[in-house]
Amino acid sequence: MSEPLDLPAYARSLGIVLTGERDGDMPVLTVDFGPMVEGRPQHFHGGATAGLLENAGYAALRTALIAAGRDPLLKPINITVQYLAAGKSQASFAVGRITRLGRRNANITVEAWQNDRSRPIATAVMNILMV
Amino acid sequence: MNTPPARFDAREASKWFFRHGHTGWLGLRFTDQGENWVELELPWREDLLGDRSRPVLASGPIISLMDMASGMAIWQTAGTFNPVATLDLRVDYQRPARERASVKGRVECYRITRSAAFVRGVAYDDDLDDPIAHIAGCFMTIGTDPRHKDPALKGAGGDE
Repeated sequence: MSEPLDLPAYARSLGIVLTGERDGDMPVLTVDFGPMVEGRPQHFHGGATAGLLENAGYAALRTALIAAGRDPLLKPINITVQYLAAGKSQASFAVGRITRLGRRNANITVEAWQNDRSRPIATAVMNILMV
Repeated sequence: MNTPPARFDAREASKWFFRHGHTGWLGLRFTDQGENWVELELPWREDLLGDRSRPVLASGPIISLMDMASGMAIWQTAGTFNPVATLDLRVDYQRPARERASVKGRVECYRITRSAAFVRGVAYDDDLDDPIAHIAGCFMTIGTDPRHKDPALKGAGGDE
């Protein structure tokens, strides 16, 4: 069996990794600043931030499903990303929370921050179908 | 003598935008444009997969594609390159991308106000009428604060 919290190829090639830390029982993901995530000079591209948020959302859901002894196929329904502050040229972190874990649908909120955990740079809400 | 600044052209701008950084790493390409819309393409790539079991693109790069096409649609519509910040971007997935297919993102800017710009668009592979995802977004202009131009507006609107 593969490691349950294996990140997908996209996450790995963008440099998104698990920090090994947890926040509210959910895994914290991080990505360093570098050319691969850069949008306007010295800032994160919104798409890279969204990629980090999305992967943290899936990691949280997988964690909750493992705890529940479930292993469904996950299909994205939608994601809404809110950008709160510019992502500066330093590492970003993200963690997801399960707002509701239903039988067929999961609703997840995700938060990303940089050097100050209390100042989020972006949040996301995701609905994921489980089949 | 003053020469007017050249009108923003998405095709020309793409030559610069996609050389470096995140969009260069993704390999985004310009494909088409209209008066108020821009279409870009995200080529299929093995290391952008989002699923261990199927060779389909992850949705993260699709958000990057749509975010970039949104910004360029705003500049295309405004005719000038004024930096914008994404406030809110919503993606509704309609179906998975086809296996080994590149994805195109076509975004139109349907309204620009003094401070905000609104966009909508689709991501698709073969058929514009059978999209992978619909998107809607709201952007804010940065660098120019409209209150500085009109003192009557001072104090209005939220800012940090």
